[in-house]
Amino acid sequence: MKTRTSLLLGSLSAALVAFALTSPRVVAADKVDPVADAKAFQNFFFQKFPDVKHEDFVNGPYSMNADLKRQWQEKEEFPPYEFALDAGKEMFSTPFKNGKTYADCFPNGGIGIRQNYPYFDEKDGKVVTLELALNRCREANGEPPYSYVKDEMASLTAYMAFTSRGKPMDIKIPDDPRALEAFENGKRYFYTRRGQLNFSCASCHVQSPGERIRAEILAPALGILNAMPIYRSEWSGMGTTSRRFVTCNSQTRAVPLEPQSDEYRDVEYYLSYVANGLPISGPGARP
Amino acid sequence: MKRSLPLAMLLALCFAPNARAANEADYKAAFAAAEAASKEATGLRNQWTVTVQALTAAKKAADGGDFDRATAAAKEAEALAKASIFQANTEKEAWKAMEIR
Repeated sequence: MKTRTSLLLGSLSAALVAFALTSPRVVAADKVDPVADAKAFQNFFFQKFPDVKHEDFVNGPYSMNADLKRQWQEKEEFPPYEFALDAGKEMFSTPFKNGKTYADCFPNGGIGIRQNYPYFDEKDGKVVTLELALNRCREANGEPPYSYVKDEMASLTAYMAFTSRGKPMDIKIPDDPRALEAFENGKRYFYTRRGQLNFSCASCHVQSPGERIRAEILAPALGILNAMPIYRSEWSGMGTTSRRFVTCNSQTRAVPLEPQSDEYRDVEYYLSYVANGLPISGPGARP
Repeated sequence: MKRSLPLAMLLALCFAPNARAANEADYKAAFAAAEAASKEATGLRNQWTVTVQALTAAKKAADGGDFDRATAAAKEAEALAKASIFQANTEKEAWKAMEIR
């Protein structure tokens, strides 16, 4: 009888301990905690690739493969995005018809601010990316918006990124439930499988960085947007963050969303936030 | 001989419905079903490129009077659209399994 009672008490205590240990995790899983998410995200990559210097993750596939890195370093002596940089610098300083310039729309005259984009606009209750802010600037000054996926927009963002090189990504999430919701929506988009191939962003850039997909080496998700915009040999030209998202969707056989849709803006917010502290390296060049 | 005759009849009966050529009405019914499923997938923000391609192929075949091919393409489009709807619905929760914590 005594043995049975002690067995019963023992089981009960074990069950209570197990419940106490697991219940806070259940609560934590439902709570949006960007700081904890960013820490876990960065630690995952730091532990998975202990030999890669933390600031090197922003160089995408080059951080994963020594041969590819050497080729890229040689290419950087005459970078393929140079023409876009020159064009972007000229466009940035050329006044609109009303005499104003892009510098009038941005803090610090638009120089060295790339690391603060995207940001959450508490007035609109939505995420504002650099590309969106540039087109809003144009429209506010009576100019037509540019295509979000290439050419002029890529040149402008290339120049703005170049003036911010080396500055650590510094995305803020204000104390606003809508901002937390945008972060969470971005996270969900990042991990959600889509397209006939049933791939999520994470299928390639979390589960398989450094691995080959056909002829390409996959970049790690950590710091993947720090290098934007990029010159891609595959595109034979420059492409913006919007273009990257659109292409990724198409490659999984999903119909891409419209550039600067809420989903794309939110996933850019999420990916940029979890890369906080890593340097801006854009514009980049990729195979 | 005794055995093979009923077997042949059974096989003929089995394949009889498939052997009939599709007509315009079959195509229209198949296309309407595919379009409805496709619209639902778009509403879920989870349309697949292959669904759109199959719908386009169905229309093209029907315009050329090939209702067999048109009906088959429409049915394929419907199946693809339904798979994308299933994916969208299951991923509402399933994405969490992939999250880095």
